[in-house]
Amino acid sequence: MNANVGIGARVKRKEDRRFITGKGKYTDDVRVENQAYAAFVRSPHAHARVKSIDTSAALAAEGVIDVLNGKQLTGDGIGNIICGWAITSKDGSPMNMGPWSALATDRVRYVGDAVAVVVAESAAVARRAAELVEVDYEVLPGVSSAVKAMNKGAPQVHDNAPGNLIYDWEIGDAAATDAALAKAAHVTELCLTNNRLAPNPMETRSAVAIYDESEDHYTLYTTSQNPHVARLVLSAFYNVAPEHKLRVIAPDVGGGFGSKIYIYPEEITCLWASMKTGRSVKWTSDRSEAFMTDAHGRDHSSVAKIGFDANNRIVGLKVDTVANFGAYMSLFSSAVPTYLYATLLSGQYDIANIHCNVRAVYTNTVPVDAYRGAGRPEACYLVERIIETAARELKVDPAELRRTNFIRSFPHQTPVIMNYDVGDFDANLEQAIKAADVAGFAKRKAASAKAGKLRGLGYSSYIEACGIAPSAAVGSLGAGVGLWESAEVRVNPVGTIEILTGSHSHGQGHETTFAQIVAERFDLPIENISIVHGDTDKVQFGMGTYGSRSGAVGMSAIVRAMDKVEAKVKKIAAHVLEASEDDIVIEGGQVKVAGTDKAMGWHEVGLSAYTAHNLPPDMEPGLKESAFYDPANFTFPAGTYICEVEVDPETGAVRIDRFTASDDFGTIINPMIVEGQVHGGIAQGIGQALLEQVIYDENGQLITGSYMDYAMPRADDLPSYSVHHASTVCPNNPLGIKGCGEAGAIGSPPAVINAITDAIGNNNLSMPATPLAVWKALQAAGK
Amino acid sequence: MYPTKYHKPAAVDAAVKALNSGDDAKFLAGGQTLLATMKQHLASPSDLVDVRGLGLSGIKKAGGVVSVGATTVHAAVASSADVHPALAKLAAGIGDPMVRNMGTIGGSIANNDPAADYPAGVLGMGATVVTNRRQIAADDYFEGLFTTALEEDEIITAVAFPQVERAGYAKFKQPASRFCLVGVFVSKSASGVRVAVTGAGSDGVFRHKGLEAALAKSWTPAAVDSVEVSEDGLLSDIHGDTAYRANLIKVLAKRAVAAS
Amino acid sequence: MTKLIMTVNGKKVSRDVPDETLLSEFLRESLRLTGTHVGCDTTQCGACVVHVNGTAVKSCSVLAVSLNGESVTTIEGLADGGQLHPMQKAFNDNHGLQCGFCTPGMIMASVDLVAKAKAAGRKLSEDDIRHGLEGNICRCTGYHNIVKAVAQAASEM
Repeated sequence: MNANVGIGARVKRKEDRRFITGKGKYTDDVRVENQAYAAFVRSPHAHARVKSIDTSAALAAEGVIDVLNGKQLTGDGIGNIICGWAITSKDGSPMNMGPWSALATDRVRYVGDAVAVVVAESAAVARRAAELVEVDYEVLPGVSSAVKAMNKGAPQVHDNAPGNLIYDWEIGDAAATDAALAKAAHVTELCLTNNRLAPNPMETRSAVAIYDESEDHYTLYTTSQNPHVARLVLSAFYNVAPEHKLRVIAPDVGGGFGSKIYIYPEEITCLWASMKTGRSVKWTSDRSEAFMTDAHGRDHSSVAKIGFDANNRIVGLKVDTVANFGAYMSLFSSAVPTYLYATLLSGQYDIANIHCNVRAVYTNTVPVDAYRGAGRPEACYLVERIIETAARELKVDPAELRRTNFIRSFPHQTPVIMNYDVGDFDANLEQAIKAADVAGFAKRKAASAKAGKLRGLGYSSYIEACGIAPSAAVGSLGAGVGLWESAEVRVNPVGTIEILTGSHSHGQGHETTFAQIVAERFDLPIENISIVHGDTDKVQFGMGTYGSRSGAVGMSAIVRAMDKVEAKVKKIAAHVLEASEDDIVIEGGQVKVAGTDKAMGWHEVGLSAYTAHNLPPDMEPGLKESAFYDPANFTFPAGTYICEVEVDPETGAVRIDRFTASDDFGTIINPMIVEGQVHGGIAQGIGQALLEQVIYDENGQLITGSYMDYAMPRADDLPSYSVHHASTVCPNNPLGIKGCGEAGAIGSPPAVINAITDAIGNNNLSMPATPLAVWKALQAAGK
Repeated sequence: MYPTKYHKPAAVDAAVKALNSGDDAKFLAGGQTLLATMKQHLASPSDLVDVRGLGLSGIKKAGGVVSVGATTVHAAVASSADVHPALAKLAAGIGDPMVRNMGTIGGSIANNDPAADYPAGVLGMGATVVTNRRQIAADDYFEGLFTTALEEDEIITAVAFPQVERAGYAKFKQPASRFCLVGVFVSKSASGVRVAVTGAGSDGVFRHKGLEAALAKSWTPAAVDSVEVSEDGLLSDIHGDTAYRANLIKVLAKRAVAAS
Repeated sequence: MTKLIMTVNGKKVSRDVPDETLLSEFLRESLRLTGTHVGCDTTQCGACVVHVNGTAVKSCSVLAVSLNGESVTTIEGLADGGQLHPMQKAFNDNHGLQCGFCTPGMIMASVDLVAKAKAAGRKLSEDDIRHGLEGNICRCTGYHNIVKAVAQAASEM
């Protein structure tokens, strides 16, 4: 067997060489003949009426090709940007989706909302000319806080959403939950904010749009996590071009974290502008534009109550959440605080009664959508903060309170839709406790105290739903698409293999991991296998990469296609070797008849399939199979994280002394890559907990518009991580995979905040726990 | 960026001439602030006069005075055995390694960013800013936010640091930019005690008389405890309000003394 | 416009460039050396780090024309023919990269960090490496494996 490259092997990444030698090809590296460049004219106001746009000075500038506006765009039939998941309010009314044109026509609703585009011979000329476009705005009052946007008299962002309410949705049994809380021996109440984040992949968004008039055909190079979905939406909803006249290529993509799922105004505008000007149009966001225009994440305000009986068993959880959606509904925005959030509020605990109400609200800020974890970090933060708070109030060990309430029998149906298939929550908690040396904490705390420092320890036992998702299930919940994945396995005449996948790698290492499962299955050298993705002309269709789905769904599709290939290979070999199919085995580069010396090389089977000189009767030539895999259920990665911090009481500075993770991801194909995903996720979670926050002023002016004010986690802000696994195999997909991409970002924030609040003895602390915030909390606690 | 014309004169006179020949010319040193400002269209000088060809780089020690040439990069100061260790430490904490390889002492104090490190070191050591025309005592040099005593076409040639008995620097970084949320430089010499605070003042770097008086009596961290640090005139932003900055001034003053 | 002559990755190049051209723009657009990346506009992310006369600088914050006659090394020039630099190999060995976008700058900064420490006879601790990389932002790896990679390369360089 191919043990050094198969499932479980720490195979070094095949894709690394081009990146470490500077040969990666990202969208901004693409430059075509006669390239033109776009720059957007953006609103400096959070909310204003567009009275007129004077483009004459810009048009007159040397090197300017054209200046185009929103009226021209809508006049050409380019459709409004849509949200693809319909949520119904509890009163049965549909969600209030306001119109979003790629270029605003009469009204701008956030700082950065584009009103026109300049196309010029160079990026610098375009940008300078954009400053020459004179827009006459009638400034309107704006609002940035979702809670304030619901107030009477607040500025109205969209006319069709009174009170700025998009939907008022609920899940669970309100009456039963209220009754359970009324009878509870102890009730813990907590108000929480989940801070607004900017995703910040290091590669900013970019688009190169090429219109070929002779074929009436468009090509778009773009920074996308899901090029096929981009093509579908650009075609079906935005009327840019029919699908067969539009090719979308996502070459190397420098991180996404959710923010590159969506199809933004700029990509649409570049395609349209390419047709209008007859030039290839390129646009690359600078970081300041990224802060203004990339979809943000999180931004929830919640009130929660949890009740316990006399034995410290949870009897009910009631949650009221307000979610800030920004100025427009982004592609998956509506699903985030509903089906990706409220359905996870049971956490790892057996809770009979849960009720959650969610109000989604427009504000004059950039749209908010899925960001690494998407809804699940918000749920985990709420559950794990309130459990830890309750443990302190009940004066029980927080680990013990978790053990008291863990689900131990599977499958487990929660009161909020999810049916957990398998898990072992105790195994991860106990492993994390051991690895974190919780037993030695008291000693370390005493040593810190001696040095004038405060030490604290916090837990977080997270669960998430990944591998989205069963298409019929999400369809019944309002999704506009199915969430299967496709794959094609092409065995070439010489026996080398190309895997075409609808998943998209933007850092996850698919070129290695996906090749590993093929190398193992057909016992071939991993060098003979290549992965093809990211081009709608090469791969027939795909749903892309997000929601930790490429392993559980994308690789499952590859397995299904490999099943078909294997069956055909065996048929061919059985025919040529004159044996029974059942006796054929594939190993060591050969296809053999078990127990005999009859064999043919793997490559000979490939050649036989294509020469077709001697195939079984009625068999078609060729060796290429495809599969569409639709998962049977979500997968449920889970685990426990333990964070230990030291706080400097004089400055409020927090140092993370140790961070321990124990995860259950099901089957792990490449532990090196999986650990890397955990490291990165934890760093983003620590970033949310300690450093990061998008801040708008009350009216909607962006305060944190660059790395000067938005604190990104850097190497010296973070510790090394202690990462462990205690796995149960997922019964719902052929490889037993659960997914690992988001766990770190989901599980870590509450562990950090629980540790800091433990250290400072004040539970009233919001994210991010900046030195200022921690110092204030210490002052308030009189320390 | 807007178009600009680049000059790299080899002599100070030529640099002054080049500056005066442009409509809106500016001196360019390490460029770590100016070029970022130009990229964001917040500045668009007609001409850039690079002062790095004027032979102003290098550290000289003579008669107890350490003269740091205006275009000496932070990395050179950070690794210099001739400058006071507190100043080397200050330079080693500016920006990041790449910024320290380009950024210069002259550029930093000519810009006088209220959150920059060097103004604290220059004022806290009681240094003298040497220009092509005159010598300016640090106390007369820093005039407010991004404002100095320099004339438009005046070029810093060096900063002369006197000998001190003790000196220390402590900085608390603004978490995002890594500039000073507050930085405190303390020194003690025959001419007295100086405490310079950067990052905190709404008028830029300033000396704190109360801390100076206390430390003049007793050069110990504990001496800081009794000093009242007023919030008046301090900056407030998302990273720190006036109360927090006032607290940091005290904490960092102690740490600077302890490190001296 | 200035006639710029520069040695890039060991080869002499000559181009007429507008004076306001940044080194990063010159490398990416004029020379099409697209391994040098730009990830921010405030001199912070470090994706654009290259070496000028052997010292790491942020190429987004240097005017190309100010380097007339100087020698620049980019990520494309780091490997010795087909032989990877120990730092490049260490990033592959330790899974020190994911999306790869920050990687060129991270590697160039790390090479300088290790070289400077060697020259000064200092051994780099984990803390030294973390502080040494504070000018390079990575959003994918959480830095854990980058720190390991730099430590490995430091023992090999």
